[in-house]
Amino acid sequence: MSYLTLSLTLIFVLIPLILSKTLGLGLQKDTLIATVRSIVQLLTVGFVLKFVFDSESFLFIILMVGLMIAAATQNARKKGTGIRGVTWKLVLTFVSIELLTQSILLGFHIVPATAQYIISLSGMVVGNSMVLSILFLNRFSAEVEANREIGELILSLGGTPKQAIHRQLITSIKASMIPTIESQKTIGLVQLPGMMSGQIIAGADPVQAVQFQLLVLFLLLSTAALTSVLLGFLTYPSLFNERMQQVSWKQ
Amino acid sequence: MSSNEPPAIQFENVHYAIDGNTILQNINGSFPSGKITALVGPSGAGKTTLLKLCNGLLSPTSGAVYIGNQLIEQIAPLTLRRQVGIVLQSSPMLKGTVFDNLALPLRLQGKEMTTDEAHALLEKTGLQRSFLNFNVLDLSGGQRQKVSIARTLANHSSILLLDEITSALDRTSVHEIEELVQDLKQTSATSIIWITHNLDQAVRVSDYLWVMMDGQVVETGDPSILESPTNERVLKFVKGEQL
Ligand SMILES: Nc1ncnc2c1ncn2[C@@H]1O[C@H](COP(=O)(O)OP(=O)(O)O)[C@@H](O)[C@H]1O
Ligand SMILES: [Mg+2]
Repeated sequence: MSYLTLSLTLIFVLIPLILSKTLGLGLQKDTLIATVRSIVQLLTVGFVLKFVFDSESFLFIILMVGLMIAAATQNARKKGTGIRGVTWKLVLTFVSIELLTQSILLGFHIVPATAQYIISLSGMVVGNSMVLSILFLNRFSAEVEANREIGELILSLGGTPKQAIHRQLITSIKASMIPTIESQKTIGLVQLPGMMSGQIIAGADPVQAVQFQLLVLFLLLSTAALTSVLLGFLTYPSLFNERMQQVSWKQ
Repeated sequence: MSSNEPPAIQFENVHYAIDGNTILQNINGSFPSGKITALVGPSGAGKTTLLKLCNGLLSPTSGAVYIGNQLIEQIAPLTLRRQVGIVLQSSPMLKGTVFDNLALPLRLQGKEMTTDEAHALLEKTGLQRSFLNFNVLDLSGGQRQKVSIARTLANHSSILLLDEITSALDRTSVHEIEELVQDLKQTSATSIIWITHNLDQAVRVSDYLWVMMDGQVVETGDPSILESPTNERVLKFVKGEQL
């Protein structure tokens, strides 16, 4: 695609702008900001990626992945205010999942060890892990608040913090995984996954694109499970003090 | 309290505050061992909070709580909570059957309860055996309260804290529960602290009495002090209850 044809795609920005103005939706400013931001951010990423791919330096790959994890942590920690040490718990979750999935992908030679593959797949893993951790933390704190009395009951009968929180933890882990599983059940029927469409448009063999999409789906399933389980077991102890009393995350 | 035995629970200058609000202040005194102490006072007086301090669900902001001769902080939380059992005011129920709830204390220790043991607990609290497989959602408020009592009994605690356990019961059931508690005192020398709203009940069942108001203990002594109070605040409280 040339920059001229790319600029023609701005017609698709013009349409909502005109609609917003004529219908008085008041969304012109936000639409413009969104447009400018996506142009600047994506082009920057494009150039950075091109630079990293060309350099073929392992250091840059690690740096890129580190940056992704930092951004994901920054985003997700806002949902976890009040949880003791939430920042490092998120970092630990993201780093463990990234290390585990990359070891499997590269160790079994499922994908070649090039910057293209490592960075693209890491982006999907970390991005997905971030969304999942926000989902999980939201659900878990809601579940804990709604079940404070049951937690207190179990503690009062001589149960451990882990026993007091067990059901809430399992419910939240399950709830945060369900959207990933459900969306995979209908995939391909309602709409083609964006990544696959992109590959097909770029001229890849559709079967090849499907194979790759399957890899990504399975990878994300793993990511979803690992994120909520890891984060759950890392965060639940901070719901209790050393006398095994419930403390609140709210603050 | 004439014997050499230490009191079941003792308080020394206990204060409790949460988020800067003082809930309990200057709590001094004790609950005698092997007796029933009734804890009365208007709602919001801090009775429930005091009870939760006794089995470590809460810790005092300052001051000391002793269980027997031992400072409460020196007892491991799990040991403490099995030794000092509590029946919570709201009778929270675990999702599932009555059996799931009765078996909970043992399951928390990795043990399983037999049907016979569960039946015995039901009988103690005046519930029929057929309730065992009932879903707790199908129980009435009074039945829940009985299951809640039976559940706590499964731990065979030497000290029992009862928080308004007959508030949802009919007259006959109230008497059954009162007999059960008297029986626990007599046959297993359990020390009992019983929060009740019903002053007649307090006089009827207890050997010793605490009156609390506004986070303080205003009077302790023989339950008969409720019948002809000399303390002005107690008098006011008793009159208020009779309205
Ligand atoms: N977790 C809490 N946060 C703030 N205030 C509380 C909390 N628990 C109890 N209180 C307040 O402490 C006071 C005493 O409560 P409670 O011990 O339940 O009294 P009682 O059992 O005598 O009715 C009440 O005013 C109540 O609102
Ligand atoms: Mg109360």
